[in-house]
Amino acid sequence: MAEAATVHSKRRITNLVMTSLTAICAVFATSVLLIIIGFIAYQGISSLSWEFLTDTPKPVGEGGGIGNAIVGSAMMTLLAAAIGLPIGIAAGVYLAEFGKNWYGNTIRFIADTLIGVPSIIIGIFIYTVVVMPMGRQSGLAGGLALAIIMIPIVARTTEEMINLVPNSMREGALALGAPQWRVSWNIVLPAATSGIATGAMLAIARITGETAPLLFTALNSRFYNFYYDQPMSSLTVQIYNFATGPFEVEHAMAWAATLLLVGFILVINIVVRYLTRKKY
Amino acid sequence: MQSKISIKDLDFFYGKAQALYDISLEIPEREVVAFIGPSGCGKSTFLRTLNRMNDTIPIASVKGQVIIDGKDIYAPGTDVVALRRKVGMVFQKSNPFPKSIFENVAYGIRINGIHSSKEDMNNRVEKALRDAALWDEVKDRLSTSAFGLSGGQQQRLCIARALAVQPDVILMDEPASALDPIATQKIEELVVELKKNYTIVIVTHNMQQAARVSDRTAFFMLGKLIEYNPTQKMFTNPNEKLTEDYITGRFG
Repeated sequence: MAEAATVHSKRRITNLVMTSLTAICAVFATSVLLIIIGFIAYQGISSLSWEFLTDTPKPVGEGGGIGNAIVGSAMMTLLAAAIGLPIGIAAGVYLAEFGKNWYGNTIRFIADTLIGVPSIIIGIFIYTVVVMPMGRQSGLAGGLALAIIMIPIVARTTEEMINLVPNSMREGALALGAPQWRVSWNIVLPAATSGIATGAMLAIARITGETAPLLFTALNSRFYNFYYDQPMSSLTVQIYNFATGPFEVEHAMAWAATLLLVGFILVINIVVRYLTRKKY
Repeated sequence: MQSKISIKDLDFFYGKAQALYDISLEIPEREVVAFIGPSGCGKSTFLRTLNRMNDTIPIASVKGQVIIDGKDIYAPGTDVVALRRKVGMVFQKSNPFPKSIFENVAYGIRINGIHSSKEDMNNRVEKALRDAALWDEVKDRLSTSAFGLSGGQQQRLCIARALAVQPDVILMDEPASALDPIATQKIEELVVELKKNYTIVIVTHNMQQAARVSDRTAFFMLGKLIEYNPTQKMFTNPNEKLTEDYITGRFG
């Protein structure tokens, strides 16, 4: 009896230790995010002002802001979304609805590989095929680089969301005499809309945070620029410039810009959470 | 008897596995024919050969003929889309589209371009819902989601959706198996009512249901057609010992 009790308590202690250990790791993993956000907010909030949000960068000591970078980021993200979303979603529809063959498998493999390619390589690629022939960096080149990063992500999430649509719904439409393309277009696609929108927003959040592919495609600009054929400022590259500068004032502005960027990405993630939660 | 559908020497394969063996059967116009048999006997597979729904399975292949209104639907050049418009189908699990009640019924009309005007569309949707005995229950909420309906109502919506494209034949794959007794009764009454205008083929696990609604019954086992006779005779004096054993519940 005594022996059995020892074994029993030993097992209980092991259980307690292991459970606590995993719980601590879980807290550690998530608290890093909270610490980062807290630290950025602490460092950045004091430099946030209306002037900072609307003005252009000025020589050190004269204030200035990141208004042109906000506009640049928005314009390049918009261009990337305008190119990347239709192509990515259409490719995803193809993969899910028609891609159960060697051609689809090849596309799937290439898309997965492209997702894994470091984004700076995509920047170099765009530099070679767009920036060099044009003779200068531009918002167009930056937007294209972001679109290329976006397409495989959107394609794969779209495919996964469409695969979740029950087959019985396809059969129901086919049995009414609907041709295959109509089934995909006005039954399957609408049924997967909320999932596809989620994937699209996450992809947008991802490209908004990209720096490397913009460094030598869009470069940077000190002015408001509304033309895609000119070098364009972006939040991420502006943060990089501020952060690598020698002055304390610049560092403070880098923190403030970072806070803005993290806040934007956080908002997208929360919105996505909210939209997907409604379904269940 | 006037045959609407006549099946001749039909074999069916999933890859190399044969699922149906040499089936020949005549289905008369404006009658209800029930397919019964134990699970996996091929009755659903057979039903799905009648509107070529099995085409969606890449490894499936068919030998033999299915002749509807004098035309072999497996002949090369057959328009499968037109075939499926003529031979409608209702599935085991109700599968409304993620649209409004109205749009669910309107969908088939719209894609086939049957309606001539907006008013004509409204009339057709109303008629289909009336024919499916659902109109009175949904007329005040046509624009609400189809998923808000009960299981039995969803199934009748799927029947309305099938009726809206004006088919000649309606295939029903265990249409009441997921429903409670009252909803089941409504579906059965509907089947008897629809017989006036449509040829109906119904697969069922429920032998009382076959006895109640059908004019003829076909009994399948292991991919073979064992017996096909008027329902009255099947359930009182079947030709085959196997049929009798199945119907009296000795197996299956």
